[in-house]
Amino acid sequence: MSRPASLRTRLAALVGIGAALALGACSSGGGADAGSDGGSGGGDLIRVGFSQLGAESGWRTANTESVKASLTEENGFDLTFVDAQQKQENQIKALRDFVAQDVDVIAFSPVIETGWDEVLQEIKDSGIPVVLVDRTVDTSVEDPFVTWIGADFEQEGRTAGEWVAENAPDAKVFELQGTLGSGAQVDREKGFNEVVGEQVIGKASGNFTRAEGRTAVEAALQAYPEMNLIFTHNDDMGLGAIEAIEAAGKVPGKDIQIVSVDGVRDGLQALVDKKFNFVVECNPVFGDQLAELITQVADGEDVPETTVVEDKSFDQTITQADVDARAY
Amino acid sequence: MTTSTTHGPGGRAGTIWREVTQHGLLWPSVALVALLLACGAKSPGFLDVTLRDDHLYGQLVDLLRNSATPLLLALGMCLVIATGGIDLSVGAVMAMSLAVSLTYLDGAADPSSPVTVATALALGLGLGAVAGAFNGFMVAALGIQPFIATMILMVAGRGVAMLITEGQITTVTSPPFKSLGSGFVLGVPTPVVIAVAVFVLVTLAVRRTALGMFLESIGINREASRLAGVKARSTTWTVYVIAGLLAGLAGIVYGAPTMAADANNIGLLRELDAIMVVVLGGTRLDGGRFHLGGLVVGALLLSALERAVIIFELPSQTTPLFKAVVLIAVCVAASPYLRGRLRTPRPGARGAQRPVEVAA
Repeated sequence: MSRPASLRTRLAALVGIGAALALGACSSGGGADAGSDGGSGGGDLIRVGFSQLGAESGWRTANTESVKASLTEENGFDLTFVDAQQKQENQIKALRDFVAQDVDVIAFSPVIETGWDEVLQEIKDSGIPVVLVDRTVDTSVEDPFVTWIGADFEQEGRTAGEWVAENAPDAKVFELQGTLGSGAQVDREKGFNEVVGEQVIGKASGNFTRAEGRTAVEAALQAYPEMNLIFTHNDDMGLGAIEAIEAAGKVPGKDIQIVSVDGVRDGLQALVDKKFNFVVECNPVFGDQLAELITQVADGEDVPETTVVEDKSFDQTITQADVDARAY
Repeated sequence: MTTSTTHGPGGRAGTIWREVTQHGLLWPSVALVALLLACGAKSPGFLDVTLRDDHLYGQLVDLLRNSATPLLLALGMCLVIATGGIDLSVGAVMAMSLAVSLTYLDGAADPSSPVTVATALALGLGLGAVAGAFNGFMVAALGIQPFIATMILMVAGRGVAMLITEGQITTVTSPPFKSLGSGFVLGVPTPVVIAVAVFVLVTLAVRRTALGMFLESIGINREASRLAGVKARSTTWTVYVIAGLLAGLAGIVYGAPTMAADANNIGLLRELDAIMVVVLGGTRLDGGRFHLGGLVVGALLLSALERAVIIFELPSQTTPLFKAVVLIAVCVAASPYLRGRLRTPRPGARGAQRPVEVAA
């Protein structure tokens, strides 16, 4: 633009920037919904800053709801909940805000494992205890967190592998990986491959989403015609796999068995419909356990280093009533 | 102005040879065909297309279906790039449009009734057009640089989508809406039909009217074309609206099969895919001449690359690397420098050409 900038265009540009800022504010407002009146510090309430990584799946949604339902004012908490929209920079910013607000306990589900050194050091210097939820961090900071609560992904992979070893020992397995590098992908793959690694004939990532799970399986059906079992790292990709298998004229659950991890309602419905064969639950409803843990941490009690949330597993004997009772 | 150009005097065979080797689409097409043949060789049956349950089935059909989204995005992107602009918001607009459509369906009494589905579709497309109009306003009316102007919605758009879905993943059941992404029309996947129809419409609109020439003249020199009587401002505005509308359509077509409005992931980084398709198709990022035909090749090449990674049994970690290698190869092969060395000098040929710039 070689036009000389008149006062008018400059003003106009300012208006534009104003609009941009307003929109930007909208965007963060969208993440931080409900209960973000942190910093008011009322009475004996335990002030908790919780940074959720985002809403990447139905599982996360259920987890968020469970946390919000448990860390309520009636239960003695003053919760500041911030959704990071799956961006580490948002999460780091939220953590710094928590430090600035001097909350009693910081809880967060890190979006990825690395890159937390600086902010964890800052939190440590401020003396606020950290409770890690669901995922873990890889950091050089010593004693970066007090305790961790979440599911044991590796055990989930192992449980899935044991089912395969028992029920389909000759199956040729295609592994549908989650977002590469995420804790759930790395650990579920590790656990599964520990048990039946030699049965895996191919792997590809579907980024934990239905659409990409479908695309990956479409190609895999061509690349590995002999495959007859899919191990998927979450239900959503498995649902995408069903579409690809059906489009190929095969019967999911029969011609190609599907073993999944998560146990969201749509996944369990697929189990009832006999399209999935086995689902290892990854229980997101542990808000009450988290609340208990945070109370102990705030009171300065000794807490175990890890709290593993109990996971169940389901096979095709599951009933419609079980699925309908599912909260997520 | 047409997509293919004839060069000066010379033997007829020579002219054809020159036209083929000079054509911007040569190398992307060669790469696409080579990739498909390689996949066919690696995995017999890859190139087969069969009729199953009254519709076409095969890897090539999947490939076409997966190319529909990048093609729709790239069509809008290409027009914007022709004016010397860029639209970074298309990925976020996909998420917004899908979010508003599915949220409407979710709240509707009967999500499967044709009227409801049509309304949902109109809402999604309408939101896309509004987003495009906002971009156009920033760029054309306020004169903000397109990169910055469209980055606003790229960042904020997902926030808007999150607001619409209230931060959750909205899932609904509506077979008619779902069929927009996973159904078939006369045996051909619906997204392919939609993409082809839009492609034909856009091509007619820009090549059978003066619009295409206006776009190119704006891209080459906005001020000169304004002085020559081209309504630079309203034309620029229009292409951003088209890009927004097509992004909205792409979001619906991409998200319809899953019926899940995932504000965080739908369309993530798709703006870069769209730019890559435009570049692969032989259009330069500095505006001016553009090639719609190249977009088809570019979109197919992009989908074929993603698929080839699995066919060749490579780990998924290598997908970005694989894409980069092909992009580099195609751009180097098509670079003015190499083409200049290959070509026989002609009288009146323009000597100095700027190198092709590649984003990201």
